[in-house]
Amino acid sequence: MTWAGLVGLFKRAGAKSRLSDLTGALEQSLFAEEIARRKGLLQSLDPRVKLIGALAWLLAISWSQNLAGIAALYTLTLPLAAASRVPMTFYVKRVWALIPFFTGIIALPALFNVFSPGAPLVTLIDSTSPRVYLAITLPGVVTAAFLLLRVGTSVSIAVLLILTTRWTLLLKALRVLRVPQTFVLILGMTYRYIYVLLHAANNMFLARQSRIVGRVADAEQRRWLAASAGVLFAKSYALSDEVYLAMQSRGFRGEAQVMETLRWRGADWMWLAVFVGVAVAATWIGS
Amino acid sequence: MSQDSPPVFQVEHVTYAYNNQIALKDISLTIRAGERLAILGANGSGKSTLLKILDALYFPQRGAVRAFGEPLTEAALREDARAFAFRRRVGLVFQDPDAQLFSPTVWDEVTFAPLHLGLPRAEVIERAEWALDLLNITKLRDRAPHRLSGGEKKKVALASVLSLRPEVWLLDEPTASLDPRSQARLLDFIGELTREGKTIITATQDLDIVEEIADRVVMFCEEHEITSDGAPHELLSDYDRLVECNLIHAHRHTHDGTEHVHHHLHPVSHRHAH
Repeated sequence: MTWAGLVGLFKRAGAKSRLSDLTGALEQSLFAEEIARRKGLLQSLDPRVKLIGALAWLLAISWSQNLAGIAALYTLTLPLAAASRVPMTFYVKRVWALIPFFTGIIALPALFNVFSPGAPLVTLIDSTSPRVYLAITLPGVVTAAFLLLRVGTSVSIAVLLILTTRWTLLLKALRVLRVPQTFVLILGMTYRYIYVLLHAANNMFLARQSRIVGRVADAEQRRWLAASAGVLFAKSYALSDEVYLAMQSRGFRGEAQVMETLRWRGADWMWLAVFVGVAVAATWIGS
Repeated sequence: MSQDSPPVFQVEHVTYAYNNQIALKDISLTIRAGERLAILGANGSGKSTLLKILDALYFPQRGAVRAFGEPLTEAALREDARAFAFRRRVGLVFQDPDAQLFSPTVWDEVTFAPLHLGLPRAEVIERAEWALDLLNITKLRDRAPHRLSGGEKKKVALASVLSLRPEVWLLDEPTASLDPRSQARLLDFIGELTREGKTIITATQDLDIVEEIADRVVMFCEEHEITSDGAPHELLSDYDRLVECNLIHAHRHTHDGTEHVHHHLHPVSHRHAH
């Protein structure tokens, strides 16, 4: 789940003014793994191939100094998504509906001559007394475009990886890349217990709703939210203790093991070569 | 089970406190192989803490515990071989299935224990399939535990321990939040374990199930000490002690126009006659 996706969920849930809608929307997006279970191109690949391929492309995006190279990488994600039976409108909208809003705010100042001096494209203010000059410049537009395209393409790749890979397999693949075991475990538990805590939050919300009538003052709402956050934190802390004990009780000694055995097949090697080859080409074109 | 059966656990003068708040006070208890023991007590009396000590999740601050004749200490369990040997023999079913079920799918959950205890992959698969089949939940195999009903979660929690095939079962409030049908199935399951000669230690405050699941009862009162130890029918007929330990309470109601006051078995049934 990306920030953009998360904010989208909050927005949708907010529109319906129901915390339970948020729980439902999050559950659908985070936990269903419905797309990851479809039979498609990326779903059929070993998660390590996808993870290494995604990282190679992300590095290429960071190193590339050429808009066309980054745009080409983004374009390549579209047939990959289609071949993996990811609904195209969902995939594109999920990323691009919110990128302009968040990254756009960060990129906005870069458009102007104040931060990006150079040839003006559009002059906005040009007064002599007092001397004020504000224009959108060509280097500014290029900088903003780089930022938007880099973020959009990176998020698209991450979304594609998450949508087409079951969470457990993704965690296992992370271990191959020597990501610290503790970090991988924490990720796994976070994912699992977001759901439980969302339900707890939802119940707290409903319990409160059942005891109030009419409109509650904003200050009171804020106090309740802060208190609820505290209660939820205490609950999650107690639950985390119990979960760790339950893991220990069944033999956990700090090293998580998963039943699925990952096997490299011929197609995996081929696709790894393709992904890394594309990343190298994009970096070379952009250098 | 007879008095000649070897002791599974020997608890000697154990005291345990959470941040200076006493949970267990000078507890001594011997539990023998094949015994069916119920630990009775109200909320906060220390039952769950005792189960966690027996499962070597907590270690006593005073006193000692021996399991299968060996000292059960943090130092002893630091050694992988000893820890694995102990964990293969003892399984704990937690009260809250959301604490017990932490894996992404039911299959991952049921394979977790045998996998982490170093059994060969083929045996892990065989045991997991057997456990799912025995509890009739094979159809839930690929489901996410958090999306199951309360009864289904409890079955998965049992299966997650069953796949370990432990000799000793520790059950923490096994009937809590279960509907009547799920409760009945759980009791059938405990009956199966009994026929297999397993040692079953159940922490509960549900007096209705005690005679079905236990041949011996130890009772905790709110002072966190064992106040009684005996046969279920003896302890369950000691109303004064049950009231003192907050396991039943006086119940006032009107019947045929007359007001009655009875001891009330809490929480499920009224065991009284007019």
